[in-house]
Amino acid sequence: MNVDWLLTHSPALLIAIPLLAAFLTPVIDRINKKARDAFVIIVLIIAEIIMIALAWDVFTGSAHIYTMGASSPTATIPAQAAVPIRIVLEVDGMSAFMGLISTTVSLAAGFYSLAFVKKETGQGRYYALLLLMLVGMLGMEFTGDIFNLFVFLEVLSMASAALIAYRFYYGDAVEGAFKYCVVSSLGALMVLFAIGLLYGQYDLLNMAALAKVMKYTTLDRIALVLLIAAFAMKCGAVPMHMWTPDSYTVAPAPITAMLVAASQASLYALFRICFSLYGLTLDVTTVGIIIIALGLLSMFVGVTMALPQKDIKRLMSYHAVSQTGYMLLGVGVGLYLLGKPDFDTYGMAAMEGGIFHIINHALYKGLLFLTAGAIFYKVKTRNLNEMGGLAHSMKFTTIFFMIGALAIAGIPPFNGFASKLLIYESAYHVSPILSIIAMLVSIITLASFVKVFHSAFMGPPMENAEEGDVPKSMIIGMAILTVGIILFGLFPGWVVSNIVHPAAQALAAQAGYIGSVAGGA
Amino acid sequence: MIYNIPFFAVIILIAVGMYAVIFRRNLIKIAIGITIVESAVNLFLITLGYREGGVAPIYTNLPANVVIPGGMVLPVPQALTLTSIVIGVAVLALMLSFIIRIYQYYGTLDSKKVRRLKE
Amino acid sequence: MNDENGEGLSPIVKIISGMIFPFIMIFSLYVIMHGHLTPGGGFQGGAIGASAIVMLIVAFGARHTEKRAGEEKLSLFESIGGTLFVLVAILGFIMAATFMSNFLVGSAIFGEIPPFGSNPGILNTGGILPILNFAVGMKVIGGLSAVVLAMALVSKEDD
Repeated sequence: MNVDWLLTHSPALLIAIPLLAAFLTPVIDRINKKARDAFVIIVLIIAEIIMIALAWDVFTGSAHIYTMGASSPTATIPAQAAVPIRIVLEVDGMSAFMGLISTTVSLAAGFYSLAFVKKETGQGRYYALLLLMLVGMLGMEFTGDIFNLFVFLEVLSMASAALIAYRFYYGDAVEGAFKYCVVSSLGALMVLFAIGLLYGQYDLLNMAALAKVMKYTTLDRIALVLLIAAFAMKCGAVPMHMWTPDSYTVAPAPITAMLVAASQASLYALFRICFSLYGLTLDVTTVGIIIIALGLLSMFVGVTMALPQKDIKRLMSYHAVSQTGYMLLGVGVGLYLLGKPDFDTYGMAAMEGGIFHIINHALYKGLLFLTAGAIFYKVKTRNLNEMGGLAHSMKFTTIFFMIGALAIAGIPPFNGFASKLLIYESAYHVSPILSIIAMLVSIITLASFVKVFHSAFMGPPMENAEEGDVPKSMIIGMAILTVGIILFGLFPGWVVSNIVHPAAQALAAQAGYIGSVAGGA
Repeated sequence: MIYNIPFFAVIILIAVGMYAVIFRRNLIKIAIGITIVESAVNLFLITLGYREGGVAPIYTNLPANVVIPGGMVLPVPQALTLTSIVIGVAVLALMLSFIIRIYQYYGTLDSKKVRRLKE
Repeated sequence: MNDENGEGLSPIVKIISGMIFPFIMIFSLYVIMHGHLTPGGGFQGGAIGASAIVMLIVAFGARHTEKRAGEEKLSLFESIGGTLFVLVAILGFIMAATFMSNFLVGSAIFGEIPPFGSNPGILNTGGILPILNFAVGMKVIGGLSAVVLAMALVSKEDD
């Protein structure tokens, strides 16, 4: 049981251990409640440690290929046929990057949930579903097989829908969950249709093998349109963003933080399909312009709908839509320049900006949703007109909120500044209008968060406000994300060259992806 | 031409299902619409695997004492369809549970009246 | 034979469904265990088993079935099935190459290698597949019947 053995089997361990814990949690819940809490936190910490070790190995070395059920991807069923039918898990730079985001946000949400849901019924099932959400996210990010992507997408959607409706005594929670369920199951059915189209033509389900034989026929174009539409719908890009404010508002606060990470897993699937499955066979100019247009629409519509909101979580969820636009813009510019000679200078910088923004957004948006949950825990309302003067009694929450708001607006020395600067600089070379719109959106973001800060925290204290801050486990959950924000803001150069650059390179180099799985392009 | 009829059926079923999801107001009819779309996609996956003159892809008790058959239909789409049917059952169970709770809370199943989350 | 709250169907239905229930469960176990030879397997056999329990719910009423095969016991049954699945898969990489590898081929339990071509179906083949089928069958029986029982109980509360 040495470190080498652990590192070899870690992709499968990262999916198997939370899955086993998710099945055992209802059993342990029947025995003792405190044991269940301790069990869930221990499993989340173990997953985080294994993920950090695996990410370290992948960023400094090469990609990990893990075959389920045999020792190499081309091993055939013995003695009869000559067909390699294997399901592979492939962890390259981009997958390890997204895996880090999923485990960190899950750990923070797990700590936060210990105090937040303490008075609800059915907590054993809550923690089981939380672990299943983590399994779905990690499965989507690690798989090398397109049908496996669909299965884990459905696991993630169903676990999230059940958790959004967790507090079923609020009628609008169940309504938001129903909307989420309808939208995500229609999107997943479109993905399945596209998988059927691809399978019917090439008789392959493995993404690297498909990328090798892909010819860009008409049916492939239809499949690409269906896949981009479905995954953009799942990550909340305008014009398919209608479900995002409704479901993010009514979910319990730690679940909203995990829903942000889940939307980013769908964003990862979108990038994986555009860059590694289709690669240069698709028409990069057209598809790049479409993704850039989606990004610009999301940024602008998200932030203008956020300004007049009175509900604090609904305002933050419109900002989540707008920040998704930044990521789409950055990577869209990279896709637009793929294969052209300009790619190595500012195309790669744009992709690094977009990818760095993914982890920044998960950290600061998760923190903002957790602070909104802390406010709801104290004053039992989400309406900005009914709260005020909370800075007198909730000191830690005020500091965390200020850090999160400065980070989202892109103020140095927090991490939002570094990724937004990369996006502004490189999008300027494609067209100056992109940078101008991005900067304008940033200013309006700062304006709306100043409004929230003034309404919620400044002013005279409320009459029936209790003294003291929220319970300690919620503060620990928020502190985990704050440490990430501050560190990434103070050392952006180290982060970009050691964490983001391997991820961007793994995404852009399709030949490396095919070569590592199929053994020689 | 006759082997293309299942594909026409798939398109018609997807159109009927999408019409039910988009234009109907009763929540149960929306759930039924999603089930129809899911059945259409399952039919599409099964039809992809058909090979003319093939037998079922199992070796147990093959018909007419054939030792190794001339052709079999593809087994992989059958596995994909089975997974999709299981997922469809889970989705339907979840949506019906939500509908039961919404009916208990609001007293109506009309989606125009169950719209507290506006703007 | 009417019980205390007078629910459920008539006595003939209750007697006949009580007599048929074991046969349906045996048929469902047959479909589960022969999943590697004939069409069937974990989910299909589990759905048949869950239909048997749903038949009991319809014949005897939800509250009566809740006392006998309560929701807690069905949830426990389901969790044990799921745990068995993941444990057998983890054993795959402790005892042999990688996750979910078929380490029972050639051994005494389910380990024969079937001949090529048409054969009458030998049960002793398949490696870990019959065990995984059985675990999935347990999970499906527990899960589907718990869902239908919960829905039947919720709608009974309103009356």
